[in-house]
Amino acid sequence: MEFTLKIWRQQNAGAKGGFKTYPLKDVSPEMSFLEMLDYLNKQLIEGGDEPVTFEHDCREGICGTCGLYINGRPHGPMRDTTTCELHMREFADGDTIFIEPWRASAFPVIKDLAVDRSSFERIMHAGGFISTNTGCAPESNSNPIGKHVADLAFDAAACIGCGACVAACKNSSAMLFASAKIAQYAMTPQGKVERKERVDQMVRQMDAEGFGACSNTYSCEFDCPKGISVDFIATMNKEFLYSKLFGQKG
Amino acid sequence: MIKLDSKIPDGPLAEKWTRYKAGLRLVNAANRKKIEIIVVGSGLAGSSAASALGELGYKVKVFCFQDSPRRAHSVAAQGGINAAKNYKNDNDSIHRLFHDMIKGGDYRAREANVYRAAEVSNDVIDHFTALGVPFARDYGGSLDTRSFGGVQVSRTFYAKGQTGQQCLLGTYSSMNRQIAKGTVEMFPRRDMLDLVVVDGKARGIITRNLLTGGIERHSAHAVVLATGGYGTVFYLSTLGLGSNASAAWSAYKKGAAFANPSFIQIHPTSIPVLNDYQCKLTLMSESLRNDGRVWVPKEKGDKRQATEIPEEERDYYLERRYPAFGNLVPRDVASRAAKERCDAGYGVGDTGLSVYLDFKDAIKAQGEQAIRDKYGNLFEMYEKITGINPYKQPMRIYPAGHYTMGGLWVDYDLMTTIPGLFAIGESNFSDHGANRLGASSLMQCCGDGYFILPNTISDYLADEIRTGKIPVEGKAFDEAAEAAAEKVRRIMAVKGKQTASAFHKRLGKIMWDHCGMRRDAEGLEKGLGLLDELEKEFWNDICVPGSENDYNQELEKALRIADFFEIGRLMCEDALQREESCGAHFREEHQTETGEAKRNDAEYAYVGAWEYQGAENKPKLHKEALKFEFVEVKERSYK
Ligand SMILES: Cc1cc2nc3c(=O)[nH]c(=O)nc-3n(C[C@H](O)[C@H](O)[C@H](O)COP(=O)(O)OP(=O)(O)OC[C@H]3O[C@@H](n4cnc5c(N)ncnc54)[C@H](O)[C@@H]3O)c2cc1C
Ligand code: FES
Repeated sequence: MEFTLKIWRQQNAGAKGGFKTYPLKDVSPEMSFLEMLDYLNKQLIEGGDEPVTFEHDCREGICGTCGLYINGRPHGPMRDTTTCELHMREFADGDTIFIEPWRASAFPVIKDLAVDRSSFERIMHAGGFISTNTGCAPESNSNPIGKHVADLAFDAAACIGCGACVAACKNSSAMLFASAKIAQYAMTPQGKVERKERVDQMVRQMDAEGFGACSNTYSCEFDCPKGISVDFIATMNKEFLYSKLFGQKG
Repeated sequence: MIKLDSKIPDGPLAEKWTRYKAGLRLVNAANRKKIEIIVVGSGLAGSSAASALGELGYKVKVFCFQDSPRRAHSVAAQGGINAAKNYKNDNDSIHRLFHDMIKGGDYRAREANVYRAAEVSNDVIDHFTALGVPFARDYGGSLDTRSFGGVQVSRTFYAKGQTGQQCLLGTYSSMNRQIAKGTVEMFPRRDMLDLVVVDGKARGIITRNLLTGGIERHSAHAVVLATGGYGTVFYLSTLGLGSNASAAWSAYKKGAAFANPSFIQIHPTSIPVLNDYQCKLTLMSESLRNDGRVWVPKEKGDKRQATEIPEEERDYYLERRYPAFGNLVPRDVASRAAKERCDAGYGVGDTGLSVYLDFKDAIKAQGEQAIRDKYGNLFEMYEKITGINPYKQPMRIYPAGHYTMGGLWVDYDLMTTIPGLFAIGESNFSDHGANRLGASSLMQCCGDGYFILPNTISDYLADEIRTGKIPVEGKAFDEAAEAAAEKVRRIMAVKGKQTASAFHKRLGKIMWDHCGMRRDAEGLEKGLGLLDELEKEFWNDICVPGSENDYNQELEKALRIADFFEIGRLMCEDALQREESCGAHFREEHQTETGEAKRNDAEYAYVGAWEYQGAENKPKLHKEALKFEFVEVKERSYK
C-alpha cells in the first residue's frame, strides 16, 4: 500500500509547529498504525533526518500511552480502538492521512505528536482513591457486592487515561475521565464513604487545570477507545449536586 | 567478594515469617519523616511499596520512565492474581499454593520465600477489595475465581482479561493518596542509568530526564528497585517496548549479584508473528486454556482451513501427552510441546509456526455469551490484530518471550548483596524458581510491596536514624554521574548508519535462536560469539539522530540495547553452566526418553548468582544451595 502522510512536526512546546508531508511506499496492510510510523522513522533516520516523536509502550491498547489525532479523530477511524491497535488494512491504498497530537490547552505539546498529560495526574491526586491503609482491610467477602454493580464499576474502571475524551471534545472537557473514577467509587460500599469530598475535590482540580465544561455532544463517548459511557457524567453531576446540597461532611 | 547469606530463619515453615517479623527492628514514627527511600519503578511492586512506605511516614521518591506511573507494564497483565482463599471449597490452602509454586518452579526456588509469598496472598486480595478493585463477582456478591495452568484448584481472582490494569489502578490510587499527602513524590519520564554506592551502601541513583536529557542525582537512605523484567532482550516479546534491564544491570555492575539470568519464561499462547515490521507480540491470556483446546492437524503440512479438518484428524497433543493436566499444563511444558509439533512439521499458518487454540467445544457447551463474558476483551483484541473472528475460527498461537524468573539476587529481607539496595517484584529472582505459574507474579509483586518490604526495610533503616540527609555531592555521585554522561556521549559520537531497532531485532534473534526454549552447549557458545560481533558492530555503527539534550527516543533505545548485549551474554553463560534441564531452562543434552526435562538435583539444586568482575573479565558464579525440608523433591510430572 502507499500513503501520503501529513504529520504535525513541532520541535518543542515553545516552537511553532506545522504539517510536513511524507510519501510512504510499500506499507503492508498487516502493519499496525504505529508499526507504519516505525517504518517511516527508520527511513527518516537512515536518510539523516530526525524521526517523528510519538509516544507508546504496551502496544496492545491497555497502557493509554499512545494517542494520535488521525484524520480529525482521536485514535483514528475505528470505534473502541486505540492508535496502537489500529491496523493499516483499515485504510484505502493511496489515502492521505493527517496525523496530529491531542489538541487541548491542558495538554501542552512536548514535541511533534507527544503531549503532556500531567493534568490528569493532578486530578487523580485530588481524590482518585479510597482512603484505606495497608493492613486494615476486612475479609473480602464480608462486603458482598451484586454482580451487576461490580460489572458496572468495572466498566467505569476500564478507563486507560489516554485523553481521547479531551481531544474529542470541542470544549476540551475532562468530564468523562474524571466521572469514570468518581462513578466507579460512588457505586461500591468501599468508595461511598468519602464520595462527597472526592467529587468536590476532583471537580475543583479539573477546573483549575483549564479543562472546559460539558455541552452534551457525547463525542467523548463516541471516541473513547474503551467505550466509557457518558452516563457516568450524569452520575458525577448528581454526586456533585449531592455534595453541594448536603455539605461535604454530612 | 560477595558472600551469599540468604538469612532464611529457622523454625517450622508456617511460623518462619511470623517469628522473623517479630524480631525485626522498627523506626520510630518521628524518625521516619527524616528518612528518604528511592523506589525505582511504579508497577505493582513499586507502587504498592511506595504506598505502604508513604503510609508509614517515610519520605519516598518514585521513578518511572513512562509519563504516568499508571502505565507501568503491570497494566498489561490479563488473566488474574492468585490467593489461597479456598473460596471454591476445593481444598486449597496456603500450603497447597506454596507446594504448587515450588513444584511449578521445578524445585529451584527457596521454600521459605515461596511460603511467605503464599502466606500474604490473602491479605493482598483483601487490600485490593478495600481499595475498590472491581474483581469479578458471582450473583450472590462474593468474589469469583478461575483456574490457571499447573494447578488443580480454582484460586485465581480476576477482573475480566484486565486484572493487571485493575490491580495497578488500585496500587496507583493508594500511591496517589500518598502523593496528595506529600509523603510520596513522583518523578516520571526518568531513566535510571546508574546506582550510587557510598561506602559500600546504596545511597542514590543517577537518572536521565527524558524530556530535557539532563543527568540528575537523587539521594536516599535506601534504594528499592522494582523495575520489572527484561524479556525485551528477545526484541519480540509480550512486554512493553520500554521495558529494559538497565536499572538492574547497573546495580549488578555495582556489586549486586544477578541470579539465574537464563531462567526466562516463554509463554505458550501469544499471537504469532504476522509481519516483518512487528516489534511486539500480544499475549492471549493463559486463562483461555480453561476453555480452549490446543491442537494441530494429524497430517503434516495439512493446508486445509481449521474448520474443515474433522475431529478424528486433529491431534490434541497436550491432552494426549499430559492426560492429568491436559490443556492446563504449566507454561514451559506447553511452550515446548508447541515448538516440538511445529519443528516436526505439523504447525499451521503461512509460516508453520503456530498451533490452534480452539473454543468450538466450549461455545457449544456453554453458549457464545458465556465465553464472551469471560474473555470478550481478549477475543476482540485478537480480532483487531489478526482480522479473524475467534468465535468462528480457532485462534492461532505461538510461544513468545514473556517473564523473567531470573533477576537480582535477594535474601529473605529482599535485600541484594549491596547493603541498602532492595529488589522487589519481577526484578528480583526470588519466588518462581525455573518456571513461574500463571497469576503468581501479580501476587508476588503486591505481597513484596505492601506486606513484606515495609517490614524488612525498617530493620535496615533502624541504623540510619542518625545519618542525616545524604548529600548528592561527593566522589561516588560525581563518578556515577560522569559515567552516565560519558555513556550518552559515547553513543551519540558513533554517528553510524543503523538504527537502534535494527540492532535490537538482530540481537533478539540471536537470543531466541540460541538461548530460547531449547538450548545446547554448541548453540550457546555460538550465541556468545554472535553477541560479541553484533555488539562491536553496534558501537561502530549505531545511528542516533538529534541531540542528547532533548526528548530523544532513539537515544533511550540505544542506551537500553547497549545493556541488553551484556545481559544477553550473562544469560548464555548461565545457561551453559547449568548442565541440566529444569523448568523453562531446557538443555537438549538433558532430557528423558519421552523428551521431558531431566533435572540433576545432586549437582544443580542451587541458585546461580553471578558477580561482576569488570568489563574485561568473566563474571564469577556463586552457588546458593537449595535445601528442601518441607517438600519432597520429585520428578515434575503432569501426566
Ligand atoms: C502481557 C502480560 C500479561 C501478564 N499476565 C499476568 C497475569 O495474568 N498474572 C500474573 O500474575 N502475572 C502476569 N504477568 C506478569 C506480571 O504482569 C509482571 O511480572 C508484573 O506485573 C511485573 O510487575 P513489576 O512491578 O515488577 O514491574 P512492571 O510493572 O514492569 O514495572 C516496572 C517499572 O519500572 C520502571 N522502570 C523500568 N526500568 C526503568 C529504568 N531504567 N529507569 C526508571 N524506571 C524504570 C517502569 O517505568 C515501571 O514503572 C503478565 C505479563 C505480561 C507481559
Ligand atoms: S501503546 Fe499502550 S495503549 Fe497504545
